[in-house]
Amino acid sequence: MSKRGRGGPGGAAALTLPVGERDHIAGPADAPVTLVEYGDYECPHCGHAYPIVKQVRQRMGRRMRFVYRNFPLRESHPHAQHAAEAAEAAGAQGEFWDMHDRLFERQFALDDAYLIEYAGDLGLDVARIRRELESRLYEPRVREDFRSGVASGVNGTPTFFINGVRYDESWEPAPLLAALRRAAAA
Amino acid sequence: MAARTTGPKRPLGPGSLAPDFTLSSTPDQTVALSAFRGRPVILAFYPADWSPVCGDQMALYNEALSEFQRYDAQLLGISVDGVWCHAAFAAARKLHFPLLADFEPKGAVSRRYGVYRTNDGFSERALFVIDGDGIIRWSYVSPVGVNPGADGILRALEALAGERAPT
Repeated sequence: MSKRGRGGPGGAAALTLPVGERDHIAGPADAPVTLVEYGDYECPHCGHAYPIVKQVRQRMGRRMRFVYRNFPLRESHPHAQHAAEAAEAAGAQGEFWDMHDRLFERQFALDDAYLIEYAGDLGLDVARIRRELESRLYEPRVREDFRSGVASGVNGTPTFFINGVRYDESWEPAPLLAALRRAAAA
Repeated sequence: MAARTTGPKRPLGPGSLAPDFTLSSTPDQTVALSAFRGRPVILAFYPADWSPVCGDQMALYNEALSEFQRYDAQLLGISVDGVWCHAAFAAARKLHFPLLADFEPKGAVSRRYGVYRTNDGFSERALFVIDGDGIIRWSYVSPVGVNPGADGILRALEALAGERAPT
């Protein structure tokens, strides 16, 4: 998994847009470790990372908070942008994480009809989601995520940042957990 | 055999005049660097079409095009692959920027920028940001297996735009 660089000149790339109110954050605000993922719902590597992230979140418990930002590679993954907007639309109804999970668990079925179906399954206001997807209400927000990723040295998906510094090593469970524990102890 | 096109041993750095060139972008079209005078140009030399990391890098730049366009910058991808190879690669990846064929004499432009890997027969993974006057303002050579991302390019474009900002 390690074909990542140490960023441009000047060492490891750093998160240019700090984690804040705009973000989807799971975990306590005062956790010593913040793990940020830039991901794409249609990217197979992100699909592979999804259960790993779940696992390390469980292991880290209240010592870590997790932030997910969108980095849809639209030309490679034709459904990624809409899926990201659907997650944001679900977020507006307070169910970002349920939709996020559903999208990664159903990566193989992400066309618009399924996005609407998932919204229904989650008990969301389907008419509203449909309307918001059609009007592209969350496109700018997804773009803002993407833009912040490019500026921060995201060079593919998934890209992780631990306490604001790009994590370039393997994100298989053992090394990722070790890195998070080191950050917690620092 | 005629003398090979040679060039500097090290990648050209900031302040150097960017060597002009004309290369094929399609079987019947060419692109000249000088045609972009007045606008920033991003030259992205890469080893080869189809190799997995390049694919990632070019796919990333494809997605980041609108960010580059905010600075009115033109992105040009360059490798030693031929035009037909580039055409197939660009179509498969749905790339929306030109890929130039540094094909004959092989690697000549790459050599003039000091980023040709003679033993491998392909270019380094090297980035150059050139200003509107044709001067190199930033360059970076990434390890061949590493996708350098776009953050360095954006910082260089930002710095250029900052110089022109007081309008």
